[in-house]
Amino acid sequence: MAISDQPWSPLLGRLTLDALPLHEPVVVGTFIVVALGGLALLAVLTYFRVWGYLWREWFTSVDHKKIGVMYMVLGLVMFLRGFSDAIMMRLQQAVAFNGNDGPFPAHHYDQVFTAHGVIMIFFVAMPFITGLMNFVVPLQIGARDVSFPFLNNFSFWMTASGAVLVMASLFVGEFAMTGWLAYPPLSGLAYSPGVGVDYYIWSLQIAGVGTTLSGINLIATIIKMRAPGMTMMRMPIFTWTSLCTNVLIVASFPVLTAVLSLLSLDRYVGTDFFTNELGGNAMMYVNLIWIWGHPEVYILILPIFGVYSEVTSTFSAKRLFGYTSMVYATVVITILSYIVWLHHFFTMGSGASVNSFFGITTMIISIPTGAKMFNWLFTMYHGRIRFELPMMWTLAFMLTFVIGGMTGVMLAVPPADFVLHNSLFLVAHFHNVIIGGVLFGVFAAINFWWPKAFGFKLDRFWGLVSFWCWIPGFWLAFTPLYVMGLMGVTRRMRVFDDASLQPFFIVAACGAALIAVGILAMLIQIGVSILRRESLRDESGDPWGGRTLEWATSSPPPEYNFAFTPIVHDLDAWDEMKRNAVPRPATGFRPIHMPRNTPAGLFLAGISLVFGFAMIWHIWWMAIGGLIALFVTAIGHTFIYDRSYHITAEAVAATEDKRARQLALIEGSAV
Amino acid sequence: MTATPATGAADGTPDLTAQFYALDEHDHPDGGSTLLGFWIYLMSDCLIFAILFATFGVLGSSYAAGPGPKDVFELPLVAMNTAMLLCSSMTYGFAMIGMQRGKVREVQAWLLLTALFGAAFLSIEMYEFTHLIGEGATPQRSAFLSSFFTLVGTHGLHVTMGLVWLFTLVVQLGVHGLTEANKRRLLCLSLFWHFLDVIWIGVFTFVYLLGTLR
Repeated sequence: MAISDQPWSPLLGRLTLDALPLHEPVVVGTFIVVALGGLALLAVLTYFRVWGYLWREWFTSVDHKKIGVMYMVLGLVMFLRGFSDAIMMRLQQAVAFNGNDGPFPAHHYDQVFTAHGVIMIFFVAMPFITGLMNFVVPLQIGARDVSFPFLNNFSFWMTASGAVLVMASLFVGEFAMTGWLAYPPLSGLAYSPGVGVDYYIWSLQIAGVGTTLSGINLIATIIKMRAPGMTMMRMPIFTWTSLCTNVLIVASFPVLTAVLSLLSLDRYVGTDFFTNELGGNAMMYVNLIWIWGHPEVYILILPIFGVYSEVTSTFSAKRLFGYTSMVYATVVITILSYIVWLHHFFTMGSGASVNSFFGITTMIISIPTGAKMFNWLFTMYHGRIRFELPMMWTLAFMLTFVIGGMTGVMLAVPPADFVLHNSLFLVAHFHNVIIGGVLFGVFAAINFWWPKAFGFKLDRFWGLVSFWCWIPGFWLAFTPLYVMGLMGVTRRMRVFDDASLQPFFIVAACGAALIAVGILAMLIQIGVSILRRESLRDESGDPWGGRTLEWATSSPPPEYNFAFTPIVHDLDAWDEMKRNAVPRPATGFRPIHMPRNTPAGLFLAGISLVFGFAMIWHIWWMAIGGLIALFVTAIGHTFIYDRSYHITAEAVAATEDKRARQLALIEGSAV
Repeated sequence: MTATPATGAADGTPDLTAQFYALDEHDHPDGGSTLLGFWIYLMSDCLIFAILFATFGVLGSSYAAGPGPKDVFELPLVAMNTAMLLCSSMTYGFAMIGMQRGKVREVQAWLLLTALFGAAFLSIEMYEFTHLIGEGATPQRSAFLSSFFTLVGTHGLHVTMGLVWLFTLVVQLGVHGLTEANKRRLLCLSLFWHFLDVIWIGVFTFVYLLGTLR
C-alpha cells in the first residue's frame, strides 16, 4: 500500500510493540490508573451480578429513555477525559517559560490539544445533546418511542464505538497531532505518516454514521409521531429546536463523511485531493470541513436554546414570551448557519468581496440570537422566578453567552479577524459560547430532567457548590486568554519565550483548577443524590410545576410513556390539563404495542469498531473479515420480521393503578 | 371526541378526560414513518454526491500535465452504460406494477432482470476503469482523475449495494411473499434505485458530456 517504508506484517499490519507508548510516563501512569479502575469496575459489576441486568435492560434496550441516559453517561465519561486534556494544556502553558520545556514533549502535547477538541465536540457535546433529545422529545410530543427504535440503539453504539477508538489511541499508537479539524496537507500522508490521523478519521466516521441515523430518526419522530392536536406551532420549544438541529445534522454530517472519505483516499489509496502536488487543493478541504463545521456549532447550541426556553418559562411560571418569534428565530438560524462558514478562514485570501459577504451574514445571524435573549428576559419579566439550579445555570448562561456572542461579532469583522485569527482571543471566544452556552445548558438540563429520568431530584447543596466553582472558574480561565489574544498570542503553543505572559497563564490555570473543583462537586452531587434518593424522591412526576407533556407521566415514566395518548389543544399542553383539572383515565386500558429489545445494534457497532481498528493499523485480513461480518449481520437482521410485542392491558392497568394510588397519596398528604 | 365510555375520576367527568386523552386509540401499524425516514436518508446521501460533484467541479480541470477528459472518456461506451441503467430503472418500474397486482413471481422475475441490467452497468464500468488504469490514467495520476474515479466509483458502489439489497429482497419475497413489510422494502429499494439513476444522469451530463466539451 501507500506506506511502504514502515514495517508491515500480514498478521498484525503496522501494529508492533512499539505502538505501546511505554516511553511516555504520563501515558503509562494513566494507563495503569484506567486499567485498575476498569478492572475494579468489572469486578464490582460481576460481584453484584448486574451483567445480565445491564445487558437485558440497557445495552440491548430500544427504549428511547434508556438510550438517552446511556448517551448522557457516555458524554459524562468522555467529558472527564476531555477535561483532563484541558488540565494538561493549562499546566504545560503555565510553566513552559524561560527555557523550561514543561512536562509534555511536543509529540504528546500536540496529541493532547487535538484530542481535547475532538473529544469535547464529538464525544461530549454531541452525546449530551443527542441524549437530551432522545430522552425528552418523544415524551414532549406524547409518543411511546421514536420512529425507528432499533436504529436508535444502533446509533448509540456507533457513537460509543467511535469514543472507544479515540480512547484506544491513547494506549495503542497515537492520536492525530493536527488540531481538531485535521487540515491537510499536515494531515496528509506526507506530514502525518503515523496512525494518529487514521484514528481520527475512523473514530469520526463510525460515530458519524450514528449521528446521521439518529438525526433521521428524530426528524421522522417529530414529523410523524406527535400527539393528536399538536400542530407544528403547538410543539414545545425544545422539540422545535431539536427538529431544527436534526435537520442540520442530516444536512451537514454527510459533508463531513464525504470530506473525511476524500482524506482517507489520499492517505490509503494515494489520490491527490488535498496534496501539495498533482493538482491537489488543500483549501478545498478547509472549505468542505467548515461547511459541516459551522452548522455543527448550531447543532450544539439550538437544542440548548430550547432547554433555556423550557427552564425560563417553567421557573418563571409563565408562558414563554414570544413563542412564535422564538420558532422563527430558530428556523432563521438554521438556514443562516449554512452561509457563514467562510468566516473561519477569512485569512485564506478569498478577496474583499467574498470576505464581506461572509462577514455580513455572520453579523446577521446574531440578530435572531439576540431576539431569543430578549424573549427570555421578557419571559422572566413579571414572572415568579424560582432560583432552582436549572434557572441559575440559565441566568449564568445569559450573562456569559452575551459576552461570547459579542466577541463573536468582533471576529466577524474581516479586518479585525486578520489580527485575531488563530489567536487565544478566538480560543476564548469559542469556549465562551460553547461552555457558557452549550455546557451550562446541559447542566441546566441535567438538573431539570434528572427527576423525570430517575424519580428523585439532584442535591441542591452540591449543585450550588458546583455552580459557584464553575462560573468564576470559567471567567478566571478565559479572561486572560481574551487579553493575551488581543496582544497577539497564538493558539496551540507549547513553550513561550516572552516571560511577561506567564502570570496570565498562571491565572488561567487557577481558573481550570477551580473548574476541576466544580466538576468534582458535580460528581459528588450525583453520588450524594443517589445515596439520599429517598429524601429527594418526587412522587408527583411534576416536581417543578412543568408545562409540557413529559411532566404528565410518572417519574421515571413507564416504558410505554403514556397509557393513553394525550390530546393537545394548546401550547403548554400539560399546563392546560392541570388548569382544567383533567382527571386521569382510570379504566379501559388497552394492550400497548411496543418494539422488542435486540442486541443487533451492539453487534453491528462492535464489528464496526473492529473494522475501524483494522483499517487504522492496516490489518487487511481483519478489515475484510469485519466488512463481511458487518454485511452478514446486517442482512441477517433484516430477516427478522417480528420485532414487536404487546404489553397486556392487565399489565398496563396494574402500572397505572399503582400510579393512581401514588398520586392519591400525595393529594391526601397535601390536604 | 370519542364515544368510548370513559369512567374517569370518581367525580364523574368523563368528557373532560376524553377531551384530553385518546381513549379508543388503536395500534399504529409498524413502518408508518419508514418512507419519510428513507426519503430523508436519500437526501443525506444526495449531499454526499453533491460534495463529490463540487469536488469534481473544483478539481476537474487539474490535470497535472496528465490525461484530460478528451483523452480518457469514450462516449459510446458511456452511452451504452447509461442505457443499461435506464433500462434497469424501467424494469424496476414493472416490478412495482407486479407488486400492485399482487404477483410475487412476476415481481421476482422483474427484479432479477433489473439486477441483470445493473450487473451489466457495473461490468461496463469495471471495464472502463481497468482500461483507464491500464493506460496509466490512474486515480493517483492527478486531482482530476482522483475526483473522477471517486465520484463515478461512489455511484458504482451504491449500485453494488443496491444489487445486494435486491437479491436479499428476492429471497425475502420468496420466504414471506408480498407482505406489508416486504412491500415497504420494495418501495424503499425502488426509491434508492431511481435515485441512483438520477445521480447517474448528473454524472453523465456534468462529467462525461461537459468533460469532452472542455
